Amino acid sequence: MNLNDFVSDPNLLPWLVPVGPLLAFFVIALLTNRSRLVPAASHDYSDHNHPAYKGLMVPAVTVPSRIVTITVGLSGVIAAWLISLSVVSNALSIEKLGKTVLGNSVDWMATGATSFTMGVLVDPLTTIMLIMVPLACLMIFIYSIGYMAHDARQSRFFALISLFAGAMLTLVVADNLLLLFVGWEIMGLCSYLLIGFWYEKESAYKAAIKAFTTTRVADVIMLLGIAYLYASTGTLSFREILYNEEVLHALAETPAIIFGGISAAGLIGIFLIIGTIGKSAQFPLHVWLPDAMEGPTPVSAMIHAAAMVSAGIYAIIRMYPLFEAGGHPHEGDLTSPLMLMAVVGSFTALFAATIAVAQNDVKKVLAYSTISQLGFMMAALGIGAYIAAAFHLITHAFFKALLFMASGAVIHGMEHGDHHVHEHAHHDHDDDHVEDAHADHGHDDHHDDDHHGEDAHHAPHFDPQDMMNMGGLRKTMPVTFITFLIGGLSLAGFPLITAGFWSKDEILADAWVGVSHGYGPHMLVFFLLAIAAFLTAFYTMRQLGLTFWGEPRTEQAKHANLGQGIVSATMTLPLIILAFFAIFAGFVGVPPSFPIFGPIFAPEVNPFFEFVKYTLLPEMQPPKPPFNWIPVLTSFGVALGGLYVGYLVYWRKPLTAGQEDPLVKFLGGVYPVLKNKYYMDELYNRVFVRPSQVFSDVVVSQFIDRRIIDGLLHLIARIFTWTGDFLKLLNTWLIDGVGDGIPEYVAQFGAWFRRVQTGRIQQYLLLVAVAALLILLVFAVSSGLLVQAAG
Amino acid sequence: MLEFNAQTIAFIVFALFSLGGALGVVTTRNLIHATLYLILSLFGAAGFFVLLSAPFLAAVQVLVYIGAIAILIVFAVMLTRSMTRISDLYNRQWLLSAIVAGILFVVLLAGVIVPVWGVNGTQIDRPVSDVVAGTVDLGKALVDQNQYVLPFEVASLLLTAAMIGAIVIARDDQE
Amino acid sequence: MIPLWMYLAVAAGIFCIGTYGVLTRRNAVAILMSVELMLNAVNINLVAFWRYIEPLNMAGQAFAAFVFVVAAAEAAVGLAIIIAVYRNRRSVIVEDVNMLKW
Repeated sequence: MNLNDFVSDPNLLPWLVPVGPLLAFFVIALLTNRSRLVPAASHDYSDHNHPAYKGLMVPAVTVPSRIVTITVGLSGVIAAWLISLSVVSNALSIEKLGKTVLGNSVDWMATGATSFTMGVLVDPLTTIMLIMVPLACLMIFIYSIGYMAHDARQSRFFALISLFAGAMLTLVVADNLLLLFVGWEIMGLCSYLLIGFWYEKESAYKAAIKAFTTTRVADVIMLLGIAYLYASTGTLSFREILYNEEVLHALAETPAIIFGGISAAGLIGIFLIIGTIGKSAQFPLHVWLPDAMEGPTPVSAMIHAAAMVSAGIYAIIRMYPLFEAGGHPHEGDLTSPLMLMAVVGSFTALFAATIAVAQNDVKKVLAYSTISQLGFMMAALGIGAYIAAAFHLITHAFFKALLFMASGAVIHGMEHGDHHVHEHAHHDHDDDHVEDAHADHGHDDHHDDDHHGEDAHHAPHFDPQDMMNMGGLRKTMPVTFITFLIGGLSLAGFPLITAGFWSKDEILADAWVGVSHGYGPHMLVFFLLAIAAFLTAFYTMRQLGLTFWGEPRTEQAKHANLGQGIVSATMTLPLIILAFFAIFAGFVGVPPSFPIFGPIFAPEVNPFFEFVKYTLLPEMQPPKPPFNWIPVLTSFGVALGGLYVGYLVYWRKPLTAGQEDPLVKFLGGVYPVLKNKYYMDELYNRVFVRPSQVFSDVVVSQFIDRRIIDGLLHLIARIFTWTGDFLKLLNTWLIDGVGDGIPEYVAQFGAWFRRVQTGRIQQYLLLVAVAALLILLVFAVSSGLLVQAAG
Repeated sequence: MLEFNAQTIAFIVFALFSLGGALGVVTTRNLIHATLYLILSLFGAAGFFVLLSAPFLAAVQVLVYIGAIAILIVFAVMLTRSMTRISDLYNRQWLLSAIVAGILFVVLLAGVIVPVWGVNGTQIDRPVSDVVAGTVDLGKALVDQNQYVLPFEVASLLLTAAMIGAIVIARDDQE
Repeated sequence: MIPLWMYLAVAAGIFCIGTYGVLTRRNAVAILMSVELMLNAVNINLVAFWRYIEPLNMAGQAFAAFVFVVAAAEAAVGLAIIIAVYRNRRSVIVEDVNMLKW
């Protein structure tokens, strides 16, 4: 078994997919993280995200280390990408992949007579994931080169995103639920480390903890589901459970051990779905995702597009046969897990879309947009639109990654502009105090805005992410503008030419089939998703308008650009590549019965549909939705309608500096609710966080820890000291008393008795006489003389 | 029992001398008097020896005991005159000693009387032989190699040693 | 003849008086005199027994003779010691010579 075997055998090749990034993680973390000490207050270290400690020397990565890190990191992910391309090509060459699969497993742990196997599996679902994930990760890595070029801890960043990518790839190629869960958890850890990458910022580390604990809640329940599944079936392998009719049937028939109303499959399904609700930030566990924007933008792209949230949806798509077991979603009979997904998904989609409408932070809009789109996918899966959900997952990954990275470029540009403004201000300030009144006014205004009582040259409170500070960036950042536009239109579902349209349309088409039959869940899904799609288009247009259109509203916006050189090149290249995919990735999923486009792209069958459907057992494969104008028109309508309304509000008369968002007046009292995310964070704080803090402080720390545990320990210590004292006392009395007492007693007796020896001879003689008499007496008695005498 | 003849009277007189002398020795404060009482007692003993047909011993008793030892004691008394005469005659244990002496006397008496007057008395009226060995026999016995020559020689050695010892001990060390 | 037991009784009496004197007199010379009494009593005993039991065997008299010798020797040495002690201590009270005590 050597490397050659791995490479040549298509069944063994998938093992190598996660190896590259994981190896890169170890190499970078252990070897390439060389740093030198720089003063903390210098520009090498302090910026928005690193505080300027006075007088301290802090380590910052050296340039040679940066180069080595980037090389290693990039090679890791490029290796993963090339290997996955090879795996994909192997997979595509197999006829009806799904009935037969590529894969390999090893006996990992002996469990009695059988053993638990771990291995890799490549079926159609894995294949499409392997097309998307390594590519998106590679783009993000390239983007990170430029984005983190001036960060003092770039090596650590690359190590962590390599680990992240490795974990995601592990999850994708896993052939059993346990290995999937391993990748899941590693990604949870990486999300914590990466969201809190700038850990000196309070908001960052708090967000990291929030992300981790929220997903942890869901992960525990998911683990319960996994355990229950293992206990019921004795295996966790996908092929043995999900491609196996008897197992699915048995699980669907057995009632669950608690909540007797549903089947075992239902309970397991609900638990696993709760895991995804946490990981993919659905209501009510969505609160961590917007705060996760505290991390660097490549992390946001990775977490919210390519990797983590996709992992959640991937997991439920993978486990779909379990959810469907016992029900017939295509005939309107939804099982409990499916119902849960449909309701939660569609509700979340609308919920998040309404919040996104009122957000001003460019990344927050995208965060809520992600939550909303994930709701789309979950809802689609809930009504049985298996292929549509998978399709939307793939397309969403592309355009969302694109959008995040483009927004990162925007923010980078704004910071650049901010820097420029400050330098300019210093320059002017130093040179000449009497300046052009307008410029002076502007600079001084700016300074006054930023001071807030702080050091004049540092820590400006200018928020480069606030869209209200932007405007007119299309002029200074054209490439970013075009790519952002493409991504935004794809997100909105701009008809026909964007990938997002095709995937969203398929979801609506599947939902409409159910509506036409009068199935309740399908109707719910259809209407809610349609409204959400409308809002999606609206806020996308709003975002584009506020950021790029019109005139710059601040000085920073006027000077915002990415500059020249490697940094900007590495940041714009991925945008361009992903923009390509955001347009053309959709064309693999065109239904053949679609007018005009159908015959061009899908002459006989929908290629995506045909490919992916074999992941499921034949009975479970969803029927092809027949072409219907209504969902198509609905898609057209909501997309174009939303875009038009956004255009009306934000593009025709672009906002000027200081002008309030027209939405505020329009929504009136509702606006603050939306802006504050329906006060969910405050609610959770009140209901969960504060009580648990109080509990941990009062009950655990003070009571259990100090009183009971410390008390117990003190008691034990006290018992021992008492015992010691007692033994000491015993020692003094008994041992010393007896041991010393006996000699003392003897000595006292001796001292008393020796007074017999008076030195007076006559006393001695008297004693002799007395003794002699006594002896005589004894003799007399014994020989009987006395008796004789008496007689 | 006892015939009333000269022997008996002599015995009683000598007994009185002995016992009286003994009592005097023990009870007088004046040591010269005590010595004289000792001499009296020794005379009484000498008289007993005569009554017991041991004339040589009687002579020796007078010559040695009275003539040498008692005189020696007189000299010692004279040489060791204590300054004061107010001191007690007896020491603290006189009572106990008297009791002991009394008991001893009773015991001895019992030892003497019981064989005679007791149930199995063997001395009742035992005839006394009149054939007595004389002084010549004593002289012969003392030098006869089968009899007492060795103790005789050792006794002389003892006397020599005592003499030397006495001289050495009592010698004036002021040279 | 005088019965033996009378002689023995007398000797016992002298002996006990001598014992009493030894045990109670404070003057050393007086003690020595009491010792002579005791030896004397013994002598009487010996001779009485010789005469009444076995008058032909000279053992009794010889023994008595040897007692004389020993008494004489002992008296001489004893008195020499008393004189030596008197020289050192200026006292012949026996109770004062009590240094071999605890």
